[in-house]
Amino acid sequence: MSDPALKAVNLVKVYSGGAVPVHAVRGVDLQVEPGEFIAVMGPSGSGKSTLVHMLGGLDTRTSGEIWIDGTRADTLSESAWALLRRKKIGFVFQFFNLVASMTVADNVELPALLGGASPREARERSRHLLGALNLADRADAPPARLSGGEQQRVALARALANKPSVLLADEPTGNLDSRNTRDVLRLLGEVHRDGQTIVMVTHDARVAGLADRVVALHDGEVVDDGRITRRRTGTAGAVIDLR
Amino acid sequence: MRLHLLALLAKEPAHGYELKQALEQTFGSAYPSPNIGQIYVTLGRLEKDGLVRAVDVEQSNRPNKKVYYCTAKGRDVLTLWADEPTEGPRVRDEFFMKLVLAPLTGIADRMALINRQRRHYLSLMGDLNDLMARTPPEDRVALLLIEGAMLHLQADLDWLERCQEDLA
Ligand SMILES: Nc1ncnc2c1ncn2[C@@H]1O[C@H](COP(=O)(O)OP(=O)(O)OP(=O)(O)O)[C@@H](O)[C@H]1O
Ligand SMILES: [Mg+2]
Repeated sequence: MSDPALKAVNLVKVYSGGAVPVHAVRGVDLQVEPGEFIAVMGPSGSGKSTLVHMLGGLDTRTSGEIWIDGTRADTLSESAWALLRRKKIGFVFQFFNLVASMTVADNVELPALLGGASPREARERSRHLLGALNLADRADAPPARLSGGEQQRVALARALANKPSVLLADEPTGNLDSRNTRDVLRLLGEVHRDGQTIVMVTHDARVAGLADRVVALHDGEVVDDGRITRRRTGTAGAVIDLR
Repeated sequence: MRLHLLALLAKEPAHGYELKQALEQTFGSAYPSPNIGQIYVTLGRLEKDGLVRAVDVEQSNRPNKKVYYCTAKGRDVLTLWADEPTEGPRVRDEFFMKLVLAPLTGIADRMALINRQRRHYLSLMGDLNDLMARTPPEDRVALLLIEGAMLHLQADLDWLERCQEDLA
């Protein structure tokens, strides 16, 4: 058997900066197999962002272990983890974090270049992703000229640019209207079918419905972890009446 | 189905089989494939209530066929139907009753109920995603129906989250 794409063992995060410590994540165990698509759900403040930030090495853990593709990541030096992250992880933030001084296309190409792709490969990959997200004509614009929804889609393209082992995403459709959500859904479905591993925080039921598995958090703990099954086939009338 | 057939007859008189075709044409895949026997039974009831009348039309080489048309009384009933606000989805559904009652008896705890229901909704959503992907863009009525079902499910999930915050 191959290594899990991602594994967390008894992962804990306590924010101790304030007057009282906040126990944001309280001992999460999670194993993500290659090619799995996991939706992380739960009420506001339940620790979803904190969890995926730790998994992506964007926030330090208080205790516990993080393994990426069979490599223990949480004990690496900061620079070594940064290197691993560049190669193995794509991250979409709740608030996109694009580089303001670069064009949209350059934002998307950068992680591919950092991950070791040739300039031509990076360009091609960027063109494909931006096209799939209906952003081809915005490629040369700076991010600031884009709407929130457009920036969010660029952030998704950027996260996928280096063909990461794991795509971590924090509410990637939070700012999108329904047509743009449809483009994002289509691209997510496509990369998932091609084997992309995805861990995605989302409140959007349509996005969560694409996932193979749901992990529900409550007060920093996993309260549910199970497969999402598909059963029905048939016409709209038949499926909807079955409700 | 009563009022749906009546509405189609208010558009133009038709016999049973034509009504089946009209349903299919109007709704695309959004209407569960209507059964012809059921259509005739429904037409019989509409006739008994005076909402439609049937006339026999002679056909060469074949038995007469019955063509139905909408009566003035039928039109009044349709107008009432259209004018009335439509009852929304019921929120106090069976799940809500379980959520309140099951923990009292120790049969199940709330978090388990909520988790099972969440998986169920997500699995339905998965089916709708698949269906949406399979539905051709020309089938506008079906796509609207699917989108409506998705939005209802989204609301159900949001509400489940509220239950989790408040009751767990
Ligand atoms: N930098 C921080 N310092 C102190 N507390 C924090 C910090 N970041 C998050 N928290 C707290 O940790 C808990 C979990 O926060 P987190 O952002 O992970 O929630 P979430 O599930 O992502 O919520 P939302 O759905 O609103 O995005 C919350 O109680 C939050 O107030
Ligand atoms: Mg968050």
